[in-house]
Amino acid sequence: MSQDSVYQTDALIAEDIDAYLETHQHKTMLRFITCGSVDDGKSTLIGRLLYDSKMIFEDQLEALSNDSKKVGTQGQEIDFALLVDGLAAEREQGITIDVAYRFFNTEKRKFIVADCPGHEQYTRNMVTGASTADLAVILIDARKGVLVQTRRHSYLCHLIGITNIVLAVNKMDLVDYSQEVFDSIVADYRAFAESIGIANFTAMPISGFKGDNITAAPSANTPWYSGPSLVEHLESVEVLSEVASQKPFRMPVQWVNRPNLDFRGFSGLIATGSVKPGDTVRALPSGKTSTVKSIVTYDGELDEAIAGQSVTLTLTDEIDISRGDVLCVADNPPEVADQFEATLVWLNDEDLHVGRGYWLKIGTQTVSATVQQPKYRVDVNTMDKLAAKTLSLNDIGVAEVYADKPIVFEPYADSRTLGGFILIDKITNATVGAGLLNFSLRRSQNVHWQATDITREHHASMKNQTPRVLWFTGLSGSGKSTIANEVEKKLALMNRHTFLLDGDNVRHGLNKDLGFTEADRIENIRRIGEVAKLMTDAGLIVLTAFISPFRSERQMVREMLADHEFIEIFVDTPLEVAEARDVKGLYKKARAGQLKNFTGIDSPYEAPEQPEITVNTVEMTPEEAAAFIVDRILPLK
Amino acid sequence: MTAPLTHLQRLEAEAIHIIREVAAEAEKPVMMYSIGKDSAVMLHLAKKAFYPSPPPFPLLHVDTTWKFRDMYALRERSAEEAGMELLVHQNPEAQERGINPFDHGPLHTDMWKTEGLKQALTMYGFDAAFGGARRDEEKSRAKERVFSFRTTSHGWDPKNQRPELWNLYNAKKNKGESIRVFPISNWTELDVWQYIQLENIEIVPLYFAAERPTFEYEGGLFMADDIERLERVMGARPAITMKSVRFRTLGCFPLTGAVESEAATLSEVIQETLLTTTSERQGRVIDKDAGGAGMEKKKQEGYF
Repeated sequence: MSQDSVYQTDALIAEDIDAYLETHQHKTMLRFITCGSVDDGKSTLIGRLLYDSKMIFEDQLEALSNDSKKVGTQGQEIDFALLVDGLAAEREQGITIDVAYRFFNTEKRKFIVADCPGHEQYTRNMVTGASTADLAVILIDARKGVLVQTRRHSYLCHLIGITNIVLAVNKMDLVDYSQEVFDSIVADYRAFAESIGIANFTAMPISGFKGDNITAAPSANTPWYSGPSLVEHLESVEVLSEVASQKPFRMPVQWVNRPNLDFRGFSGLIATGSVKPGDTVRALPSGKTSTVKSIVTYDGELDEAIAGQSVTLTLTDEIDISRGDVLCVADNPPEVADQFEATLVWLNDEDLHVGRGYWLKIGTQTVSATVQQPKYRVDVNTMDKLAAKTLSLNDIGVAEVYADKPIVFEPYADSRTLGGFILIDKITNATVGAGLLNFSLRRSQNVHWQATDITREHHASMKNQTPRVLWFTGLSGSGKSTIANEVEKKLALMNRHTFLLDGDNVRHGLNKDLGFTEADRIENIRRIGEVAKLMTDAGLIVLTAFISPFRSERQMVREMLADHEFIEIFVDTPLEVAEARDVKGLYKKARAGQLKNFTGIDSPYEAPEQPEITVNTVEMTPEEAAAFIVDRILPLK
Repeated sequence: MTAPLTHLQRLEAEAIHIIREVAAEAEKPVMMYSIGKDSAVMLHLAKKAFYPSPPPFPLLHVDTTWKFRDMYALRERSAEEAGMELLVHQNPEAQERGINPFDHGPLHTDMWKTEGLKQALTMYGFDAAFGGARRDEEKSRAKERVFSFRTTSHGWDPKNQRPELWNLYNAKKNKGESIRVFPISNWTELDVWQYIQLENIEIVPLYFAAERPTFEYEGGLFMADDIERLERVMGARPAITMKSVRFRTLGCFPLTGAVESEAATLSEVIQETLLTTTSERQGRVIDKDAGGAGMEKKKQEGYF
């Protein structure tokens, strides 16, 4: 393998380091992802790129050649794959599990390669690697042609918005560098690519192992090939941030910089477009406008800043702006909405819970959001749309997403920053899903909150009380309804205006369409939460008696209400005591298998971690428990 | 039309974005400060991220008492110039037991650094700690997230990392859990050097070649930064030779191998770095413990 022009750097470094550094200083950066399975020679290709660009040192090479002899698959030759498979478990199993990032330079660019695993069970890793990539290299084994996984990888790259796709037909050395083989694979791929909306791709015949068409083209073995080498192509494609700077100006505000009363700056990374002092900008969601006074950086004020730069802007007017707001060009702002259609990629072992509240982070905004039942999920191998009740790990589907307050957004196709979001589980804090906003729903644009003249404060003061929700939670038969009933009687005697929402009663009317699956139980609680919220708006003290077994749903209701309005009351009764009582005979049925998803038997109960009030029904009578609760809420008024 | 951003401009903007996200979302962040060149770059980026305010978090140096004297001098000056509080933690147990690199081998790193770090983070209640680690340093680092989540006992679970998409970082955690954040994950050694040069960042003089007192120990070349102390611990005064040497990384002086060099300016250092044929961490003993998986294992135990 000869060293080609792209890597003629050693001489310059040795002779004139300052000239070399001057060149290096002006390099741009391209991030790309390589897709393919172990068998396609992906790791070998990356190892080759690192090796050719001198990113492998002698000590690493020495360790590598020892390892190659021990566990390598290339006989006595150096197994480049061992260089890039990082984690110990992966080395033993000979597969790439996680996304690994690699770096190399050529004369023109610095490259960051996301090396992603190829198997279907690693879809989430591939999506992760693709999310920051300007370009994707899709590897095909020339002996095998377009496979199911080729389609999957191409679909995922297209989904995540990668427009620069390289079809690298690898292992050409094993098919005698046959043009016929190459052409037929490219034709197959073109037919497929067009069917899923990939308009352009660049195909090249390579051998990662032998080095053909990697740094220079055409290789002596492929005189029939007239395109660029892989590296030449990587050096010349336009990077995302260059495209982004042509779009309208948007900057999510990360941080309000206030060192003293005389300075108020808004810091952020410019997502798209450019900005200059004197530009009129709009702050969303407030919609207020002002003029850019200066672009402040540590290195002095700038005349202009473009997409990809982290800056601090000062404005001529004192308008209220905080983290999560978006500064944008005044006459072409993005949309603000709270209901969307989105494409979701599920990243967690635990399925999507339809209706459950998750944290949704988009740009610098974090809101609470729920996902509706998916319209469909996509079979990533066949691209078929399948019916789905939920999404499991690595599933991709389309669903409506409702946020609890409006967010500033753009369709993902226009902006990865304002259109891409993650979903975070509120209890485990795991990143469970990723989403691409497609469009806002018409009803979210048209349904506005009706401002009424008689406010909730007015309702409350007429009743001379502070509205509360006393949320009783506990196992079936723990005594929730009995105690809640006692509490309500005591409050009524004190002239408090109350209302008791009881589990069974609500199921007879408002929620009679719901069953007892996990999704239905979440929806049950959500509706009760909304009703309780309306009642607090009316100034009432609301008592609710529901098993409400899941922490996250109770948390969801807590977040619907104003601070301190939600009083969680844990009716603490051990399972064996509740089961022994079995007032409604339900435990007996559940034990006999006649009742499915029964809390405590075949469905979990997640006890509150920090309830405002706990009553122990083994030690207290319902009467005593009620008195105990009233004593605790009275000081709250 | 402004020229496209260079790779260093983009790396800088990315690092500043990450640092600001942590400041905005963490309750009590801290910046790990080891006085090396990567730390110098990190400190510089923090200053840039919040200018004209000082960075809204302190610096934490987990000290082993065995650093080079030049390092201690720069530490004090840098913190003061940045207008930041400097916290120094020395593991009292290691202090008491007189743990040192000669008698205690791997235990020295474990007690002073790994344990010391955990103690400091727990003691001050920091929920996010910035580190200057880079993905090009070592294989298991290549797969670590920018926001690396740690359990209440500071452990790292490589199989259970949070997916990190776009530039959206999930900083949510429960009480007692913490996050290590690596803003210069995507930088290479060359990027760091070049950034130091372009931004004129002050670094410890030990990175540049000069005549220094050296001694050989177990096949490596080391600098006798404190000959009296060496003599006490080693039991005999090592044979000193004056040599023109410099350091590619800086740690404890008896653990950090010197390289013979004439590179006295930044350009020359970069030139030597580029033409060298051994990787940066090779001078460090830590990676060689426990076979190929040395660093990965240390990180699972809570090492940075």
